[in-house]
Amino acid sequence: MPLLEIENLTVSFQTAGGQFTAVDKVSLHIEPGEIVSVVGESGSGKSVAMLALMGLLPWTATVTADRLAFNNQDLKTISKSELRKIIGSKMAMIFQEPMTSLNPCFTIGFQLTETLKIHLGMNRAERKKRAIELLELVGIPEPRKRLTAFPHQLSGGMNQRVMIAMAISCNPELLIADEPTTALDVTIQAQILELLLNLQKKQGMSLVLITHDMGVVAETAERVAVQYAGQQVEKQQVKGLFSNPHHPYTQALLNSLPERSNSKILPSIAGVVPGQFDKPKGCLFSPRCDYATTKCHTIPPTAASEELGKALCHYPIVDGKPTNYPEEVNP
Amino acid sequence: MFLYLFKKLAVTIPTFFGVTLVAFIFIRLLPGDPVLLMAGERGISDERHAVLMAEMGFDKPILVQYGYYLADLAHGDFGTSIITKRPVLEEFATLFPATMELSICAMLLAILLGLPAGMIAATKRGTAIDHTVMTTALAGYSMPIFWWGLLLIIFFSGTLGWTPVSGRISLLYYFEPVTGFMLIDSLLSGQEGAFQSALSHLILPTIVLATIPLAVIARQTRSAMLEVLSEDYVRTARAKGLGPQRVIGLHALRNAMIPVITVIGLQVGVLFAGAILTETIFSWPGIGKWMVESIFRRDYSAVQGGLLLIAAIVMLVNLAVDLLYGIINPQIRHTDS
Repeated sequence: MPLLEIENLTVSFQTAGGQFTAVDKVSLHIEPGEIVSVVGESGSGKSVAMLALMGLLPWTATVTADRLAFNNQDLKTISKSELRKIIGSKMAMIFQEPMTSLNPCFTIGFQLTETLKIHLGMNRAERKKRAIELLELVGIPEPRKRLTAFPHQLSGGMNQRVMIAMAISCNPELLIADEPTTALDVTIQAQILELLLNLQKKQGMSLVLITHDMGVVAETAERVAVQYAGQQVEKQQVKGLFSNPHHPYTQALLNSLPERSNSKILPSIAGVVPGQFDKPKGCLFSPRCDYATTKCHTIPPTAASEELGKALCHYPIVDGKPTNYPEEVNP
Repeated sequence: MFLYLFKKLAVTIPTFFGVTLVAFIFIRLLPGDPVLLMAGERGISDERHAVLMAEMGFDKPILVQYGYYLADLAHGDFGTSIITKRPVLEEFATLFPATMELSICAMLLAILLGLPAGMIAATKRGTAIDHTVMTTALAGYSMPIFWWGLLLIIFFSGTLGWTPVSGRISLLYYFEPVTGFMLIDSLLSGQEGAFQSALSHLILPTIVLATIPLAVIARQTRSAMLEVLSEDYVRTARAKGLGPQRVIGLHALRNAMIPVITVIGLQVGVLFAGAILTETIFSWPGIGKWMVESIFRRDYSAVQGGLLLIAAIVMLVNLAVDLLYGIINPQIRHTDS
């Protein structure tokens, strides 16, 4: 039985210019102990989907889904207080900006022990002992001393370790890491990633890694979901995705990896993710796609078969070539 | 921490000098002088006027007068009232508890209502509750104090007869002041009904004086809360599974308090300004009423001394606010020193 089931999750925001769909019919299943990566550039709705799952979106958001379940418990019909018992304990999340994600007014110790008190009902002495244990676990030197420190007295990397300690404090079954390394130095990025993977193995928890870094995906995940403009455009095993991407967007992402490039100029994907007012009529990727045809520009594609990674494309790519591609069109 | 305190104290010294100068000059800019006003409608001959002015030292060049004033201040002498012949400090000390009692009650009322009102408005933003709170706050903020005070007197004291019109306590009671706070003194006196009487006298002036600070605090709390609620650490707090009371009342409020206590500190100054009107309307024997009377009598020493003491209190309160920043958010303390 999957630990997490998301079926056709849609999130839209009420804005001054009308409804804006940030996440469009995204589905994701996560098995216990599995590492899944969600990839896509900024504005593709990766974070929003996960925040919706945790019930952390602002009031302007409308969330709908055919199924949203954790451990077979329906998150759609669950009461707010019941949901609060799950998030922070069984299902935890860490964020992109460690420096602003911790409260500047409270000590590390206070923020770390809060979950222990609320979810596990530990007393003061137990909490302190566990907090030191947790800080040790995430590799913070002199943990006893750090308990009385404030977030601004620690570096970004250290703060992210504190966030991780906080997230795993109640031994969660699922940890969602939302671009946990983006705001950090490159050397620290590798350390934090390694820490997350070690903890995942040690605790046997499932890990959802949201990232826009294909390198991170290759090193860590088992399965990948690629998201573009709120839609899931492809889902595959990591190996398959790297060797045989089925969606032109995935292919373009992989082509723009520096280590894969063999030309002098680094390839890039021209243009930007469409926003609220410039959404194309057909395929959302069509304005930036090398293979786009008239059909692509006018008719929204449907998902391909399971073997083709459910690629959301009229001409899913196999071995680098689009299939069923009309001969006469010259893109 | 001591360095921080020292730095903040050092900044108040030039301000203090500025206040002495302003107090000294402005009262002298008003037409007339104490002798003319004492003489009243009978008038006074020019010779006699000159003699009396010389007696009080007002014949000397203005800079010399200012020099004497500063020299006296340096010795802790705030001057002697020209009219009552009592030391200004003594008069101030007798009247100040009345103002302080009224101000504390007004501030407590403003904070106790303003903070929750602003918090509720922020968490229920865009709803009818939010609009009601904000419209009421705007109305309160724009209300002329004297008019609002008179309206309340007419309705509650006049039409309904619920509250007394003026003074601090009914004439039926008399006891020697111990603390100067009528609520406490009336309890200490043990006289039956004294406390109730003192309390009923305090209600209307407190409401009148609290109106503007209440409105300002509510609006400031709302906007500070709205800003803080969209911060990452509030999301983190919610992601930990904390309930709304803890997220809003602890994680968000603590951060939102910085701008709120700033306006609370500033409102203390506004409170003294408001006390002048409120005390005059309700015949409240405090320093506000005393200052107005001193200005009318051109009691130079009383005005100078009184203004300086009020300014000192306002500065002290704001100094305390500065120190509070560092306690609420240690990041501020650590970056400043």
